[in-house]
Amino acid sequence: MNLTPDLSIWISAALTLFIFSFLYKDNPFYKFAEHLFVGVSAGYYIVLNFWTVIVPNMWDPLLKSFSGQGVNAGRPGLIAVELGDYRVFMVIPGILGLLLFTRFFGKIGWMSRWSLAVIIGVYAGIKTTGFAQGDFVAQVQGSLQPLWTGDPGSSINAVIFTVGLITSLLFFFYSREHTGALGTASKLGIYFLMVGFGAGYGYTVMSRVSLLIGRLQFLLQDWLGVG
Amino acid sequence: MSEKLEGFDRRWIFLIMGLLVLLPLLFPLALPLKVSSRVQAFHDTIARVPDGSTVLMPCDYDPGAIPELVPMTQTALRQLFDKNCKVVVICLWNGGPGLVDNVVRGVAAEKNRQDGVDFVNLGFKEGREAVMVVMGQGIANAFPRDYRGQDTRSLPLMRGVRDYSSFPLLVSISAGYPGTKEWVQQVQARFHIPMVAGVTAVSAPEYYPYLQSGQLLGLLGGMAGAAEYEKARDEKGSATKGMDAQSMAHIFVAFCILAGNWVQWRKKRSPAP
Repeated sequence: MNLTPDLSIWISAALTLFIFSFLYKDNPFYKFAEHLFVGVSAGYYIVLNFWTVIVPNMWDPLLKSFSGQGVNAGRPGLIAVELGDYRVFMVIPGILGLLLFTRFFGKIGWMSRWSLAVIIGVYAGIKTTGFAQGDFVAQVQGSLQPLWTGDPGSSINAVIFTVGLITSLLFFFYSREHTGALGTASKLGIYFLMVGFGAGYGYTVMSRVSLLIGRLQFLLQDWLGVG
Repeated sequence: MSEKLEGFDRRWIFLIMGLLVLLPLLFPLALPLKVSSRVQAFHDTIARVPDGSTVLMPCDYDPGAIPELVPMTQTALRQLFDKNCKVVVICLWNGGPGLVDNVVRGVAAEKNRQDGVDFVNLGFKEGREAVMVVMGQGIANAFPRDYRGQDTRSLPLMRGVRDYSSFPLLVSISAGYPGTKEWVQQVQARFHIPMVAGVTAVSAPEYYPYLQSGQLLGLLGGMAGAAEYEKARDEKGSATKGMDAQSMAHIFVAFCILAGNWVQWRKKRSPAP
C-alpha cells in the first residue's frame, strides 16, 4: 500500500466514501457530499457555459467585429461575412438570447416565444432531415434482407430478424383488436420486445457496475496505491 | 425460506455486490474474454485506414463515463497513432473537453506525438447537431480556434483538412446526446463517411440497428467492449482489469433475479391466509 500525498485525491476519496455511506443509511456525511456536489456542479456549469458558449460564440466575434477585426483577418469590415465568421450578425442571436429572459417579466414574457420559435424551427428542421436520412430510409433499407443467403446460420438469423421485426410492429398496430392471427403475431412480438428489454437491462447493469468499478479502481489505485 | 428472503435487508445485497466487485480487483481471476465480431470489426476498420491519414474522433462524454469510455478512447488513439494517423478530436459535451484533452495528451506523450502536427483537440462547441452541419461546410469554420486558443487554420495538421471529405473514418466515442446517434444521422448518412463507434453500455442497444444496417462498421459497448478491444490490440488496460469484477457482479444480479422470481412464484402458489 502506497497512500498518495495528493490532497485533491484525498478529498475525492473522502467524498466518494461519504456518498457510498448512503447504502447503509442516510447520514450527515452523505448529505454534506450531496449538497456540495449540487452546489459545485451548478456553479461550475454556469462558469463553464459563460466561458465556452457566450464568450467564444458571441462576445469575442462581436468585439472583433466592432473593433474592425473579423475572425478571418483577410476579410475586414463589419458585415464581410463568411460561414463561421458572423461578425455583426451575431447581434441577432444575441438579442434572441436576451429575449428568452423576458419570461421573468410577466407582461412582456410573450417575446420569449420568438426565440423559442427560432430554436424549435431550426432544430426541428435539422432533426427531421437527419432522422429521415439516417434512421428512416437507411433502417428500412437495412431491414430488407434476403431470407436465404446460402449460409444456413445467417439465413436463420435473417428469418428470426424478419419475424421479430414484423411481429413487433404488429404489436403496435392498435386499429384492430388483437385477436386471432393478429393476436398470435402481436403476442410473439411481445416476446421479441421482452428479449430486447432484457438485453437493455443487462447493458444497464453493466454500465452501473462499471461506475462502481471505476470508483473502486480510483480508491484502490489512485488513493491507496494498491495494484 | 421464501418468507425470509422476502424480508431480506437489501443492505446485505449492497455488501455482497461491493465485495464481489472489490475482491476481483484485488485478486484478479483472469476469467476468459472472447473478442466479439462487432469489436473485431471496430479494430479491423481502423486497421484498414491508410497509414498517415487524418481521422475525425468526436469524444462526446463527460467524467460520468470515465470507466467505460476513457479506456476505449486510449486504445483507439494508440491504434491510430501506431498507424501514423493524425487525429482531430472534438467534444460536443461541455463537461468533457478538459478530460478528453488529458486523455489525448496522455496517449500522445506515450507515443511521442506533437500537438497541432499529429493531433489537435478542437475542444467544445455549443450547438449539438448544428455544429455537425456547420462542420460539413468547413471544420475550421465551426472551430476557428482549438482547445488551447490557437488559430485552427494556422495548425500544420489542419492545413490539409477542409471538411468531412478530408477524413477516411469517423471514430465516435459517446455517452449519449449529442453523440453517436446524431453523428450517424447528420454526418454518416449525408456525407457517407465510414464510421465506427464506442458507447456506454446503457446506450449500446440503441446502436445495434446501425451496426446491422452497415451504417456503423464496428461497435464497442461499455466496459466489456473496451476490454475486448484491448484484447484485440493485445493491451491490458483498466477495462480488462475491471472485467472479472464485472462478470462476478453480473452473475450475482442474475442470481438475485432468479431468487426474486422464485420468492414471487412461491408466494403465488401458497394459499391466501
